[in-house]
Amino acid sequence: MKREFEILNHTADVGIIAHGSNLNEAFANAAKGMFSLITELDDVEESEYRDTELTAPDQESLLVEWLNELIYLFDVENMLFKRFDITQLSNTHLKARSYGHKVDSSKHKLKMGIKAVTYHMLKIEKSDGCRVQVLFDI
Amino acid sequence: MTAQWRGILKKIDNYRWEIPTGYKAGMSVPGLIFASEDMLGKIWEDQAFEQVANVAFLPGIVGYSLAMPDIHYGYGFAIGGVAGTRLENGVVSPGGVGFDINCGVRLLRTNLTEEEVRPKIKQLVAELYSAIPSGVGSTGKLRVTEKELDEVMVKGSRWAVEKGFGDAEDIIVTEESGCMKGADPDKVSKKAKQRGIPQLGTLGSGNHFLEIAVVKEIYNRDAARVMGINEVGQVLVWVHTGSRGFGHQVCTDYLALLGQAVKKYGISLPDRQLACAPVQSTEGKDYLAAMAGAANYAWTNRQCITHWTREAFMKVLGKSRKELGLEQIYDVAHNIAKIEQHTVNGKKSTLCIHRKGATRAFPANHPDIPPIYRDIGQPVLIPGDMGRCSYVALGTETAMKETFGSTCHGAGRVQSRSAAKRSLRGADVVQALADRGITVKASSMGSLAEEASEAYKDVSSVVDVTHKAGISLKVIKSVPIGVIKG
Repeated sequence: MKREFEILNHTADVGIIAHGSNLNEAFANAAKGMFSLITELDDVEESEYRDTELTAPDQESLLVEWLNELIYLFDVENMLFKRFDITQLSNTHLKARSYGHKVDSSKHKLKMGIKAVTYHMLKIEKSDGCRVQVLFDI
Repeated sequence: MTAQWRGILKKIDNYRWEIPTGYKAGMSVPGLIFASEDMLGKIWEDQAFEQVANVAFLPGIVGYSLAMPDIHYGYGFAIGGVAGTRLENGVVSPGGVGFDINCGVRLLRTNLTEEEVRPKIKQLVAELYSAIPSGVGSTGKLRVTEKELDEVMVKGSRWAVEKGFGDAEDIIVTEESGCMKGADPDKVSKKAKQRGIPQLGTLGSGNHFLEIAVVKEIYNRDAARVMGINEVGQVLVWVHTGSRGFGHQVCTDYLALLGQAVKKYGISLPDRQLACAPVQSTEGKDYLAAMAGAANYAWTNRQCITHWTREAFMKVLGKSRKELGLEQIYDVAHNIAKIEQHTVNGKKSTLCIHRKGATRAFPANHPDIPPIYRDIGQPVLIPGDMGRCSYVALGTETAMKETFGSTCHGAGRVQSRSAAKRSLRGADVVQALADRGITVKASSMGSLAEEASEAYKDVSSVVDVTHKAGISLKVIKSVPIGVIKG
């Protein structure tokens, strides 16, 4: 079985290649990969969740806007997420529930700040399982 | 490896390399890279040429798509990129500014010498570290309301000074007087405001830092004296930070919006991250109004940090503000878009100048620089990495003619963060710095390894190119003795 995600390196920044048997899974693994850059996911409990629903002009925008939404929730509500259920995903619409915990400085080590999710080298591939590639500005 | 760039770049002189418009169909102007020959291989490998060429597609671009010697791969625009677009039929691109709007540098002087500060450096670094919130997700000591945040966006540094953070004199020696006109809080999303509120007055993470440095060499004594720098061994303080999550969200919001504007205005682009809109369109004007708000937030941020820096020095060294002579030399923005007057093909034009990882470098007698620097030119602040050195330079007429009054902004990364982390451990970096007489305090050991000298181009080679090309002239070099990292 393929790993859920791999970390991608870039001179000034960093990205994720995420895999899944369907696109919902690949999107979820991209989010998981992103939070694995921010903190050690093993230290994060799944005690809270946040629901997200958004529409975007296309699937690529949907991925970027969703991940940006999670960065926003990290910045404003200090939420660290580790599990993601994508309950609806079309070309223009996404509905997800993300589970995690608020940052607790005694438990969670923050490794990296992510400024934003970019469209740079963004890829969504749907052959032989699904694969998404996304880069972050850090 | 054969130098693949050889067949492509046209050498103009030892420091100027042209990418002809024929390189890529769709370029409306050539590219121009300021670099020494030995830098080109790495720039090529990094695919930064491609990005310089892509920027040349932007509607209304004039002159050249420019790259400074610290160029490295960015998103859309390369970092170290400069582009001017016509107001009448050109575009503004948030990717030409970057996510960290008005990421910039402030430099303070002191009356102190290295001998006075060395014995107390550990205490000083510890005090600064506790006085200035830093690190991933750091939140400030300031708790502004949404209404106050709106004022920050409109007033910039003046807001901080009115609250007692620093002096009116600081504002005079800040680019744009710390307040870009045209900011409109209504053009900034609720989300950006919510990210901005808790982070005002924080250093942040990544490559941001506060550094206590010592003057190592003086190249231009007269200019140095005007800046209050008189001798080798004098202590300076560098502050490098920007608009934090506030600016990141403004950029994110407008990239999405301008992604749609591209379709609306029928603009064809080689890279989605170059999303843009005509400068004069509603979308373009709205972005510039929001960007100005984020720029003013960043100036307020650096202004507050300046105040806490002064307090920390006063406390640890037991001296008054006046005795310390802790005055601001200058403050520059190196991620910004501005409407400026330039001469293109002998004609005065109003342009939208994008500087992404590039510093304004206006010459002597330019009306936009503070009176005290009118005779020498605008101070250009070029920080290096935490283990090497930093430079102060001056803007020139050559920059005005060739680069829309712009020069480099720093060292430029050569190694990915993870590669740096793999090859170095934070603890070893601390030891290596200590061996060179540098005390460092960081919120994360990992981030320390990522920011080690080895991950960066040597800033001296970058500054050598800009100096020899004449787009900024060296005044002094400083070396760090104490560093606070996010």
